[in-house]
Order: sequence, then structure tokens, then C-alpha cells
Amino acid sequence: MSTATIAHGHDHEHHGPPTGINRWLMSTNHKDIGTMYLIFALIMLFLGGASAMLIRAELFMPGIQLLQPDLYNNLVTNHALIMIFGAVMPASAGLANWMIPLMIGAPDMALPRMNNLSFWILPAAATMLTLSFVVPFFPGGGSQINTGWTLYPPLSLQVGMSMDFLIFAIHLLGISSVLASINIIVTIFNMRAPGMKLFDMPIFVWAWLVTAFLLILVVPVLAGGVTMLLFDRHFGTSFFNAAGGGDPVLFQHLFWFFGHPEVYILLMPSFGVLASIVPTFSRKPLFGYKSLVGAMMALATIGMVVWAHHQYTIGMSLGAVSYFMIGTIIISIPVGLMVFNYIATMWRGAMTFETPMLFAIAILMMFSFGGLTGVMLAVVPADMQYHDSMFVVAHFHYVLLPGAVFGLFAGVFYWLPKWTGHMYDEKLAKIFFWTNVISFNLTFFPQHFLGLAGMPRRVIDYNIMFTEFNMVSSIAAFVFGLSHLLLLYIVIKTIRGGQPAEARAWEGAQGLEWELPSPPPFHSWTVAPQMT
Amino acid sequence: MSVINKKGVLSLATLLAAGAVRADLGLNFPLPASTTAQEIYDIHMLTMRIATVLLAIVLSIIIYSVTHHRKDKGYPADQTFHETWFGNWSWVIVPAIVLGVDLTIAGSAHKTLERVWDVPKDEKLMDVKVVGHQWWWEFDYLDQGITVESRFTPKDKAGDTYLREVDNHLVLPVGRKIRLLHTSADVNHAFWVPELGVKKDAIPGYVTATWVELTREGTFRGQCAHLCGTWHSRMPIVVDAVSQDKFDAWVKTQNEVKLAAAAEAASDKTWSKEDLLEKGQGLFNTKCAACHQITGLGLPPAFPALKGSKVATGPVANHLHTVLNGRPGTAMQSWSMLNDLEIAAIVTYERNAWGNDTGDVVQPADVKAAR
Repeated sequence: MSTATIAHGHDHEHHGPPTGINRWLMSTNHKDIGTMYLIFALIMLFLGGASAMLIRAELFMPGIQLLQPDLYNNLVTNHALIMIFGAVMPASAGLANWMIPLMIGAPDMALPRMNNLSFWILPAAATMLTLSFVVPFFPGGGSQINTGWTLYPPLSLQVGMSMDFLIFAIHLLGISSVLASINIIVTIFNMRAPGMKLFDMPIFVWAWLVTAFLLILVVPVLAGGVTMLLFDRHFGTSFFNAAGGGDPVLFQHLFWFFGHPEVYILLMPSFGVLASIVPTFSRKPLFGYKSLVGAMMALATIGMVVWAHHQYTIGMSLGAVSYFMIGTIIISIPVGLMVFNYIATMWRGAMTFETPMLFAIAILMMFSFGGLTGVMLAVVPADMQYHDSMFVVAHFHYVLLPGAVFGLFAGVFYWLPKWTGHMYDEKLAKIFFWTNVISFNLTFFPQHFLGLAGMPRRVIDYNIMFTEFNMVSSIAAFVFGLSHLLLLYIVIKTIRGGQPAEARAWEGAQGLEWELPSPPPFHSWTVAPQMT
Repeated sequence: MSVINKKGVLSLATLLAAGAVRADLGLNFPLPASTTAQEIYDIHMLTMRIATVLLAIVLSIIIYSVTHHRKDKGYPADQTFHETWFGNWSWVIVPAIVLGVDLTIAGSAHKTLERVWDVPKDEKLMDVKVVGHQWWWEFDYLDQGITVESRFTPKDKAGDTYLREVDNHLVLPVGRKIRLLHTSADVNHAFWVPELGVKKDAIPGYVTATWVELTREGTFRGQCAHLCGTWHSRMPIVVDAVSQDKFDAWVKTQNEVKLAAAAEAASDKTWSKEDLLEKGQGLFNTKCAACHQITGLGLPPAFPALKGSKVATGPVANHLHTVLNGRPGTAMQSWSMLNDLEIAAIVTYERNAWGNDTGDVVQPADVKAAR
């Protein structure tokens, strides 16, 4: 991509990219590594999507048609893990790699070799992850992972060797995330253009700064939890085995101490992307810059101390559930403030509706809905009905798809001209947007009703009373899943050619990344920009 | 499909407008049948109404902005909006409003929580212990000394209630406070019957308590809510809420059945192979077939086949040992709670069915000796 615009400096050897496979294997260039992260995420998106479509195909009708029960549970597990660790986190790390140096006026990330390492751990981790779902199909491979992504013992202690593959995959993914986070923090603190204060940084950079700290704080807790699981499985400990004096609920606390902040790890970078997109297409400055920074910090802080709302049904005391309920409801304050600031940025603007903006508006609407069902779920007595039902499935897909995935799509469309030097096909992109968003709503909206009427989550088969909504959901899910092929086509088409993009690809775009040509030179900012 | 879909969208409109809809299609909670479920229903409707109003406000503002503040309508962007007094103070105003809404919800929720969460302390409640197993429920009536084993009913018998029907229902009296004590014999399960409004995890090593007071008679159906392995979908719970009189009569019958079974098992009678095989087949198909399958082929590798297996065709002592003690580290639990006759029948059946023609006949006395 960037070969056409290599900086033609005096020392050509050191300023051009290496050619062939070494350009990618040995890359220390933030843009190439960012591209690899994004391609990796796209591949995993299709893998995770395929498992989701198998799940919905099985649930299309009552009865067990396609899958064995353990294979179904295996798919439920790998869909979640692949989407979270394989698709969303690497994709937002890809955006971080590409955009943070461009946005803060740096030539590259602060620790380029570590950057290479944190990416190249990922294919190894993904192989382990995939193997963990595949080994049971080989002779002697043991039983399938049928626990769901939460891996609760004692069920996870019963699973065969595939669980060990999964535990090591989680360790590798965790190492990769922590290394990437350290790199991002060091880059942001040390590599800003002279004169750029922290409060001059784009919100996307802030969002990643907060996210990186969250990752460093919580990923080791998950690593510790799964290591204890490994010891229980093979080395005779009883951390989670009640018969040996252990506590199965302890794992749930460890898991969700990671798992709840993980939600914000997935959401925050995408919300940072919106802070670039909404002002651009509203043609006015971002509303409430400092309150957005404050809201993200508050979100990260409160988000770390409300984990047990995922476990209201384990039999906690009245005092404990009251605390977790009120803490969780309070999360609506920073989240509400963020949504408010973006709406206020649109307000009295001169809006146009290119695809990134369409996604941004759709995100604000659908994420508000997902957030409000989140408040309903926080209410302990009501959660005694919602918990572990399809209502929960509907809720978190309304949070994570608009809040994380659509934000990434918006970011990809917004910066694709910058990355490739070509404008994408706006007409096709709009077709993709509408198919994607409408089919998403038809897939997940009916699941609220299923949950309220009494359908538990993670069941392979259901009573005929749940048939209608499951059929609607499955048909829409197929449209939704297949619509991503169009996304793939648009991206490939844009890489291969198209109308040349100007340095400032969008009329109202502000920020340092638009000062560089599209695509940017191999070493982004060889001369630091002047901050005025 | 589009018909169903339209129905869904229409009903949603009604749901948002009227708040309470109990349509056939199952759009909302089923009609509550306990005091707790009613409390939950009320707080659910309150938060849903608040959430709906908030959503309507947010969506209206977005839609107004999107339709009016457009470049193609010539709307000039207001470059100083973020510097007005509103821009300077909204970071206080917005959180204050949200906090107000939050406290309204949390306040009502906390009041409800205090009424439903803790088991009433200073009165005598009827105790039922609910034990989750892979993949059936055990209900121990601690005050009546009755145990009910509850397993899903296969499709050919259950018909339209398939996956919402079991062989033995949980029978509970109306108008009496009942304490449910939840625990598990193997992995985590969760007891959930929407009409009762109770959901609680069954966790090995823990006993957690909930309570219900049923307000009307009827049959209420629920399912295991916590993923518990292969046949998580086949753990329905069916509650028969009956009057106190009917409940007393039911308890009496159960006790008589229990005594008769105990007498039969305790007799020193030597059983014929045919009798044991017949009994064994019935018991195997309800208690063992969930894993080992009616065909005896199991679902390897998690659940090994018994047809031609080393255990079922090898020494009898080894077979009895496996059944009585289970296999640690696998899903095979100990079945020592079954009586000698039941184990003798099951083992005899397993050693002679599906071509395992060992010809062995295991008598209750053999089981007694093996314990």
C-alpha cells in the first residue's frame, strides 16, 4: 500500500520497507503492524461469524437437527472467545497502531520491536485457540469444551485436554494484550509532538490510554484464574473443588473481575473513534472534550468494582447485592454523559451522512437501547428473572455490536482513504450499512421477548412456544452474517484502487492524521509537527 | 415469516404504549404465581417504563437533529455551541439528571429487594432441598421425608410440552411460605421457574436459600438456567401448585409408595433374571440413558459406551464398584443412594443388554456385600 509513497530520503535502505515476506514477519513499522492486526481481526471475524451462523441454524427450529449438544456448546464457547479475543481486541489494537502515532505526531510507536512481538504472538494464540475446539475430533482428543466462554468450574474441570489448549491460548492472548498496552502507554506519554499536552490529544488517543491501563490491571487476573484452573486439572490442587475445600464461586469472582472491565476494554476504543467521526461530519468542534475524558476515567474506575452483577444468582448477602446493584446503575452516569456529548456534537451542526456518520448515528441509538436494558439487568430482583435467559443475550449483543464492532466498522470506513489513498465505494458502503444494521436489529430484538417468556440461554433445543421469534432471529442472522462479505469486498476494492483520496479526505476532518498525505509516508512524522 | 414479524413489531408498539402485555406469543413475563414473582413483575415494569421514556427522549433528540441540522438544508454549523453556558455546565447538569433517574430506580429496587431477598426468619417455613444433577433434579421434602426425582419426558410422550415436561412434578402447596435450599451434586445448575420468580444457582459445596409463597394453583414450567454440560436443555422443572388438602393427600400417597418399595428391596427374595432385566431396563432408561444412551452406545469420549465395554462385560465386582463409587474426574457419579435392588437390576441389565451376553445375574445381596 505505502510502497508508492516511500519517503525518498538519502538513506534509502533504512527508509523503505523491506520487500517480500520479511516486510511483514520482521516489521517494526506501526502502519504495517496495524494492517496485520486488522487483517487478522477480519479473518477471526469470519471464523467467529461462521460459528454464530451454525448456532442460529441449529436454533432455527425446535429439535436437534444439525449439531450434537456438545458441539453446540463448543460453538457457543468459541464464538464468544474468537469474537472477543480474536476479532474485536485485535481490530481496536490495529486502529491504535495505525492512528496513535499519526494523531500525536510521532514517527512510530515507542517500542517497535515489542510491537512486532505483540502482533506475532497472536497467530500462535489463534492456532492454540482453534486447536482447542478441534482436538476433540481427533482420536484420543478428549471431550469438547462445553462450558461457555466463562469456563466455570466444576464443569471446566470435567472437560478433556482441549481445555488445556484453551488455557494456554488465553495466556498467549493476555501476554499479547499486555505488551501492546505497555507500548501504547509508553508511546502516548513519550512520543507526543513537542508542545502537545495530554489535553490536546484526540479523544481516540485518550480512549486507548484508559483502555491500556484497564488491560494491564485486569488481564493478569484472568491469567491467574485460568492458571489455578490448570493446577486444579493437573496438579492436584483444589482451588475451585468444593470436595477438596475449594470454592467454585471464587473462579466466578476472578473471571468477572477481568470480564466486566473487559466490556469497557471492548467499548472504549470504539467510542474514541466516534469522537473523531461525529465532529467531522457535523462540521463543528467536539462538544465536552474534558467531560469525555473524565467520563472515560470514571467508567474505567467504577467498571472495575461492579463485577459481581454477573453473578447475582450465586446467593450473595443482601448487603453485597445492594452494593453491586447501585454501583452498576451508577455506570449509567459516565456512559450517559458520553452519549450526551456526541449528540450535543451533532446538535446544530451542518451534517452530511457518509457511511462512518451513518454508523455513528446508528451506534448512538442502538447503544442507548442496549445501555438501558443494562440498567434493567442491574436491578437485582428483576435480574432474578432475566439472568441467564435470552434477554441477557439480546442485551449484550446490543451493547457490544453497536458499542464495539460497529464503532470499528465506522473507524475503518473513516480512515480507509487515509490508509489506502483511495476513497471507498460510498454506494456499496451504504448498502452494507443498511443491510447490516437492519438485519442486526431483526436478529437480536426478538431475543428480548424469548428471554422474558422463559427461554434460557445456551440451550441447543427449545419448546415449540419459542419457535416464531427464533425463526425471525435466525433468518435475520443469516442476512447479518452474509452482509459482512460485502464489507470484505468493499475493503479489497478500496485497497486495489478507486478515486484518489486527498490528504484531508473528509471536508470537515480535523486532526494531525489529515496533515499527512494519503497514504502517509513509511515513517509517519519524520519531522515533528508544530503545535500552535 | 413477515406475518409473525409484523405481529412482533405491532405487539412491541402496544408493549411500549400500554406497558403490560401478556400475549400468547410470550412477549413478557408469564402471569406471576407467587408473591415474589409479583414484586419482580412490578419492578420490571417500572424500570422498563422509565427506560422506554428515556429511550424515546434520546431517539427524538437524535431524529430531530438528523432531520434539521443538515448541510443539504443549508443549516449553518454553530461553531461556538460547546462554549455556551450549556457547553460549560452540561458535565454537571447531565450527570445530575441521570443520578436522579438512577436513584429513583435504585430506591424502588432496593425496597423490593428487602422484601424478596432474605428468607423470613421468625416463622416456620416448609423446607424443600433442590439438588441439581447432570441432568435431572432431585427434590427432597425435608419435613415430609419424601424425595422426588424429576427427569425430562421424551418427545413422543411429552408432545407440545417437550422440554417443559418431566416425569415427576415438584408438588407444592399454595398459601404457605416455602424455603428452597439449592445445591448441586456435580456442576453448577440453576433453578428457574418464571411464574415463581425464583432463580438461584445450584453450586456444589454451597447451600443457597430462596423462598416462595404461591398465590394460585396451576402447573408452572421452567428450566435449568445455568449451562451444565451436554444436556443442559433437558432439565425442565415443573411445579404443581395445589391446595393444602391436595398436597397432604399427595404426601400420603408418596409415603405409601416409598414404604412399599423399601419393603420390596429389603426382602431376602432371590429375583429371577427376567424380573431383574425388566426392572433394570426401566431404571437404566431413566437414570443412566441421559449419558450412556438407551442404545448403550454412549456419547464418546465424554460418555463411554457400555455395549461391549470392559466394565460391563468384565468382573462383576469391578462393575459394582464403578456404579457404587463413580469415577472421580469424570461425569460418572456415585449411585450409592439407590437401593440394593435397584442397583442389582441396573447392573444385571447392563451385563445382558445390547449383546453383552455375560448371562450374569446380580442379586440385591451381592450389592449389599459390595457396599
